[in-house]
Amino acid sequence: MLALKLAFKNLMGAGLRTWLNVSVLSFAFVIILFYNGMIDGWNRQSRRDTIEWETGKGQFWHPEYDRYDAYTIKDAHALISDEIKAEVKKKNLAPVLISEATAFPQGRMHGVILRGVDPEQTVLKLPTSKLGISDDTDLAIIGKRMAESLKLSVGDKVLIRWRDKNGTFDAREIQIASIFKCDVPTVDKGQIYLRLDVLQKMMGMENEVTMLIAGNGFVDKPLKNWEFKDTGFLLSDIDKIIKTKKAGGSIMEGLLLIIALIAIFDTQVLSIFRRQKEIGTYIALGMTRPQVVGIFTVEGGAHSILATLLGAVYGIPLFLLLGKMGISMKSAQMTDISIAEKIYPYYSIRLIIITIVLVVISATIVSYLPARRISKMKPTDALKGKLQ
Amino acid sequence: MENASIIRIEKLVKRFPVGKTEFTALNGINISFGTGEFAGLVGPSGSGKTTLLNIIGSLDSPSEGDVDVLGSSVSSLSHKQSAKLRNRHIGFIFQTFNLLPVYTVYENVEFALLLQKLSGSERYKAVMDSLEWVGLTDKVKSKPSMLSGGECQRVAIARSMVKRPEIVLADEPTANLDSKNSHHILQTMKNLNRELKTTFIFATHDEKVMQYLDRIITLEDGKVVRDNLETALKN
Repeated sequence: MLALKLAFKNLMGAGLRTWLNVSVLSFAFVIILFYNGMIDGWNRQSRRDTIEWETGKGQFWHPEYDRYDAYTIKDAHALISDEIKAEVKKKNLAPVLISEATAFPQGRMHGVILRGVDPEQTVLKLPTSKLGISDDTDLAIIGKRMAESLKLSVGDKVLIRWRDKNGTFDAREIQIASIFKCDVPTVDKGQIYLRLDVLQKMMGMENEVTMLIAGNGFVDKPLKNWEFKDTGFLLSDIDKIIKTKKAGGSIMEGLLLIIALIAIFDTQVLSIFRRQKEIGTYIALGMTRPQVVGIFTVEGGAHSILATLLGAVYGIPLFLLLGKMGISMKSAQMTDISIAEKIYPYYSIRLIIITIVLVVISATIVSYLPARRISKMKPTDALKGKLQ
Repeated sequence: MENASIIRIEKLVKRFPVGKTEFTALNGINISFGTGEFAGLVGPSGSGKTTLLNIIGSLDSPSEGDVDVLGSSVSSLSHKQSAKLRNRHIGFIFQTFNLLPVYTVYENVEFALLLQKLSGSERYKAVMDSLEWVGLTDKVKSKPSMLSGGECQRVAIARSMVKRPEIVLADEPTANLDSKNSHHILQTMKNLNRELKTTFIFATHDEKVMQYLDRIITLEDGKVVRDNLETALKN
């Protein structure tokens, strides 16, 4: 307590030098929090969107299905049992049939994935209710990215060609019933959604599906002949991207922190060099050398406490503002990364505590290193201010 | 000597390494100091005055011989015990005052008491008493940079006296002061010596200081060449 009191007194006495160090450290502190808050916000949003739009609470895959291998699609389909049908009826499971196809918008050719979904499903946020029945053409829904890519609007018709389960080519026109906006590119890019029964008929795969998406009402249980994939597996791509982003960010954060810590280290070295008489006086007044080392260490470490307070002064309003307004991510939206138009940073208590602890411990360590010299100082030389 | 010895120095030798050789700063010193002495170590520069004072204050240790301060042998004390001895029983006054610049007068004087874990009210009373002795109660909130040299040295005296030590070691306390301030300081210390029976030991070559001393020990080349103990006894 005494060391803390003396340290703050000395820090305040050092005036501008203290505040320069504190400013640099607080900047590093705020940047670390901001960046991690942004990544965490993005992570939360992506995970939530992906669960709501694509993965549900988990998926049951046909054993042949591999989401990274398009060649598995043609064999990855099976009949659904009565037990599954009952769950589908209760809207606990959403069946999906997947097939490869080619779309020909305005004479151009695009490889697409056809997804047959139950129009009445409520497991995913997809606006499948728009997949009504039209007399002359089958209705489809697509995402905004897909619409931009194929240059299609609501009401447009587009020719698609596919191969049924026997490998026979067939083609027909479908009409775009709705264009939805979704932040998950894998739901949107290259995907055309049709009614499940329509696609089953087109493929000659009556009652067959590729996967079943579990909703919140689904009670966890295995389904015979279907492989369950949990959200941990299904969201692993997002986790990898976030991890990579965090690793990239930590280099920048580390550099910033190092700059701030070098400033503190430098100040400490200078301080011990300039304040030898003071050190000698402390010892003459009855302090032990470890106590003096303690004062100087706490003094350096206290920079981090002041930096936290200063960071809070401008960081809290800034974070609140960003939390309210969000950070525009429009430029990243057309990439394959699941990202919303705006990211709302998320600052968890854990993140704040970890950042504070990181900054405090680092500042204390770099303060202790030069302060160790005090324990080797001769008090008689220190009192004279002799170079040691 | 008014009382039994509180400092007993026997066959003290202090050597410092100088390159590959050694310099003998103190060579076979034998002296004792009693309670309430107002004594001075005098001699030219390099005679060993400050070194002897440092060893008595347990800021340095002897190379040979024994230095016994208040019943403790300085050479056998651990760092912690030395610190405790200095904190409780020895006050220091330095030529350059050595006040802590960021602290007020009050805080400078209070510092030694903070280590003794006294209560706030006890500290306040002790600090104010101490500042009253040196006539600086009106400067409690001033920082050292706002004080004159004489005032700074009075603060240093108050700081050394606040814990009511048995011994005060003053190294050239008037060297940075003018004549008027020097006399004022010395008179203050003399009064405290009389009132509180504190032993004052000076290291000085200032004639003004010598006028006030009851006992003058002259050092030359690390040896005691004269000790007017009789004068002290007479006074």
